Amino acid sequence: MMPDMLTSSLSIAAPELILSVGAMILLMIGVFMGEKSSQTVTGLSVAVIIIAALWLILITPLGTGFGGSFVLDPFARFMKILVLVGSAAAVVMSVGFAESERFNRFEFPVLVLLSTTGMMMMVSAGDMIALYLGLELQSLAIYVLAAINRDSVRSTEAGLKYFVLGALSSGMLLYGASMVYGFTGHIEFTAIARVAAESGSSLGLVVGIVFVLAGLAFKISAVPFHMWTPDVYEGAPTPITAFLAGAPKVAAMALLTRFTVQGFEPLSDQWQQVIVFISIASMVFGAFAAIGQHNIKRLMAYSSIAHMGYALVGLAPASVEGVRGVILYMTIYLVMTLGTFAVILAMRRRDGMVEEIDDLAGLSQTNPVMAVFLSVMMLSLAGLPPLAGFIAKYFVFMAAVQAGLWPLAIIGVLASVVGLYYYLRLVKVMWFDEPAEAFVPMAIELRAVLWVTGLIVFPLYIFVGGPIFAAAEAAAKTFF
Amino acid sequence: MTDWPILSTVTFLPLVGALLILFIKDDNELARRNVRNVALLTTVFTFIVSLWVWINFDASDPGFQMVERSEWIGGSITYHMGVDGISMLFVILTTFLMPLCILASFESVKVRVKDYMIAFLVLETLVIGVFCALDLVLFYIFFEGGLIPMFLIIGVWGGKRRIYASYKFFLYTFLGSVLMLIAIMAMYWNAGTTSIPDLLQHKFPAEMQTWLWLAFFASFAVKMPMWPVHTWLPDAHVEAPTAGSVILAGILLKLGGYGFLRFSLPMFPLASADFAPFVFTLSVVAIIYTSLVALMQEDIKKLIAYSSVAHMGFVTMGIFAANEQGVQGAIFQMLSHGLVSGALFLCVGVVYDRMHTREISAYGGLVNRMPHYAVVMLIFTMANVGLPGTSGFVGEFLTLLGVFQVNSWVAIFATTGVILSAGYALWLYRRVIFGALEKESLRSILDLSGREKLLLYPLVALVIFFGVYPMPVFDVTAASVESLVNSYTAALDAAASGSVAALH
Repeated sequence: MMPDMLTSSLSIAAPELILSVGAMILLMIGVFMGEKSSQTVTGLSVAVIIIAALWLILITPLGTGFGGSFVLDPFARFMKILVLVGSAAAVVMSVGFAESERFNRFEFPVLVLLSTTGMMMMVSAGDMIALYLGLELQSLAIYVLAAINRDSVRSTEAGLKYFVLGALSSGMLLYGASMVYGFTGHIEFTAIARVAAESGSSLGLVVGIVFVLAGLAFKISAVPFHMWTPDVYEGAPTPITAFLAGAPKVAAMALLTRFTVQGFEPLSDQWQQVIVFISIASMVFGAFAAIGQHNIKRLMAYSSIAHMGYALVGLAPASVEGVRGVILYMTIYLVMTLGTFAVILAMRRRDGMVEEIDDLAGLSQTNPVMAVFLSVMMLSLAGLPPLAGFIAKYFVFMAAVQAGLWPLAIIGVLASVVGLYYYLRLVKVMWFDEPAEAFVPMAIELRAVLWVTGLIVFPLYIFVGGPIFAAAEAAAKTFF
Repeated sequence: MTDWPILSTVTFLPLVGALLILFIKDDNELARRNVRNVALLTTVFTFIVSLWVWINFDASDPGFQMVERSEWIGGSITYHMGVDGISMLFVILTTFLMPLCILASFESVKVRVKDYMIAFLVLETLVIGVFCALDLVLFYIFFEGGLIPMFLIIGVWGGKRRIYASYKFFLYTFLGSVLMLIAIMAMYWNAGTTSIPDLLQHKFPAEMQTWLWLAFFASFAVKMPMWPVHTWLPDAHVEAPTAGSVILAGILLKLGGYGFLRFSLPMFPLASADFAPFVFTLSVVAIIYTSLVALMQEDIKKLIAYSSVAHMGFVTMGIFAANEQGVQGAIFQMLSHGLVSGALFLCVGVVYDRMHTREISAYGGLVNRMPHYAVVMLIFTMANVGLPGTSGFVGEFLTLLGVFQVNSWVAIFATTGVILSAGYALWLYRRVIFGALEKESLRSILDLSGREKLLLYPLVALVIFFGVYPMPVFDVTAASVESLVNSYTAALDAAASGSVAALH
């Protein structure tokens, strides 16, 4: 009996096993071959992620393992694919950077693999313990990554800041989890939901939920737990920022969705106010704070804060449409973020990387392809039709309107007008201003990422949107 | 032939042209000429194909024709196209003005020709899409998407304050539209569909209609533009290149009026009736106030821009009069204004290309050197004033006739606008064309070139033709307008009898 359960559990968790075993082997390779191995390790780590992804799609069965701690449902599978795509793209995009900035650290891909394993755990977490384990594995790897450029003051500051605040948020989350356990007597989400439905809410339980939400809001960098984001985005080496902005956000949002919708669906009127508040605060703050930014990485940090706010708009109604909206939003957000960072990583002149917005001046004349794609990304992030970003916003707001959350929807769309202002500034700089010195030609891998993401944002999503929509719909139905 | 997706062809043909241009790589004189020719041929070809739509259009059928429909993104949004009597002529207007815009830019646009032509072709696709879309979300996608190329056109090829103007244009119109998006979602949840033909049959609850009407009004009033949210228009016009102004005045301003006709009036009849006095007030203020403002302008383009706002006042007034004369007149006024204001901006472009200034005071006595130009300009000025025998008269007269039946005070005040428009337009004409040729710089100015004649003469012919014989337009619109007005009055009657029944 026991071995049977174990094998079935292990087969469900096979992609995670592939990732962790792969990470260990690559660590060995790195240690024994030294610094010169970083190219090899990078290549192999991408291969490991691809294998894990294929395994996940083709072989891994759906089900529950390890006594309910580990869940692989359609929702988890969808989000895991996103996480893997985000991680793989981030590793791929680091190749050129590693070469030109002498950033030859084999630790980078290995840490990304470990962090990805953590994210996969988060997405699949069926109880509080798995939630915490996944979250910490993911975070610890990222703390190190943020500070990986140890000779740079900014990078170490970023790492330290992230670590201290991250530890604080983990503490809050743990405290909240203990309250939830104390008042329901369960750690499994499904069991919690059952108890919550039977006995209703109590003050202690609500306090517990709020603490857990605070901890998770920190991970997705939603206001008021966003303070680390701009500094870490700016301070960390750019490939790591590209990683940070994509996959971890997806995983944390998946976890937040599972925790609220699966664990506390019966108490949705309790946590709904919290989500509505942080959603509005994130959208508004992200929009206004980004206006004054000059550094494009900082700008992207504020933009990501706003985008988490938009994704949360879909979570607030706790409905199938809402969760579907969140899933679609995170998918499109990931694509747009990767594309934007492919451009940021290509902002290089002969004397090194630049990251001021004004450095993009006249890009439409010096490098039209890059300018067109970055413009598409920016306008898509702003949510303008006919780009993919509009579809993302459309579905989350539609769920909010259905639930009658009028203030949320109206403040949200108004914030998107403010957001448009700063996205337009980039378009303006690229198209209207006199050209600055040209960038060196884009590396091949950045070009590949940019073309793929750019074409998805427009116009490929029109054709592939249907199946993705159907998959998101199926994934969202998991919880209802 | 009936199965051929004719509307999609018309809509996306320009996009094909844009793709072709994308593949012209070099940037020398020859390549630029190729780019211009491809763009011109594409738009001319699109126009010819669109005439096929007109030929196949059955004017006796008030419903939607040449409908295409396919599921898209999980069925919640459909790709649904079709035209009726209200939208068909706007499609033709768009495809007709586009080649003129391209031709007008042949010599005035010298930098980044390729980008410019692509922006125009993409814009054409999006605008035709707006008029053909029969799905609310699809409509919104085309409607908002058009902002992007227009933003670039103003911002890259515009005048000195182009960046300010492009931002103002974009943010103003976007702000108006996002509220409409929320309304669209609310309509979806109420009616369970975003298909426009279905929504036209759906009866929204009275209170909801008020909110929906306001949200749509926020969007269309800015687009239109109605006083007091018109301030983006003069800025955008002044800074846009000539062809940009033509498109803006000729086509983009019509999107607002089209929206009122397509959505506000038939879908929210109760709210429309409630708000009609409000719209009348704004329209009258627009007509009188902006006409007075136009009198004081020093810049030719700005003057024409303000006169556009005034003329749009007639349109909104006619639409919300909600009787056949009013609505027919509004549609005719929009079409006529598309031709006339487009032509006037082209005329400004002619002298601007020569003198590089739009100051009225920089001109005077042009008739001595440019007789052809003076005649053409005179005809368009008269059409702008609304002289009988030009297309401008028909629309203004019908809207006034329509609104007089509803509220004679509104008609009386609006009629003063006709006098004022004669004031500013004739004064402009006197200052620019007549008088002695005193300015040294104007002594060597040349009359219309062959290309410019090719641009302006068709417009002259159309303006006079429709002024004398407007029936081709009314034939097309009559059936659809009649059914629109009938369903509107039926809805009001039903509501009135409902409330009477409730009293008993």
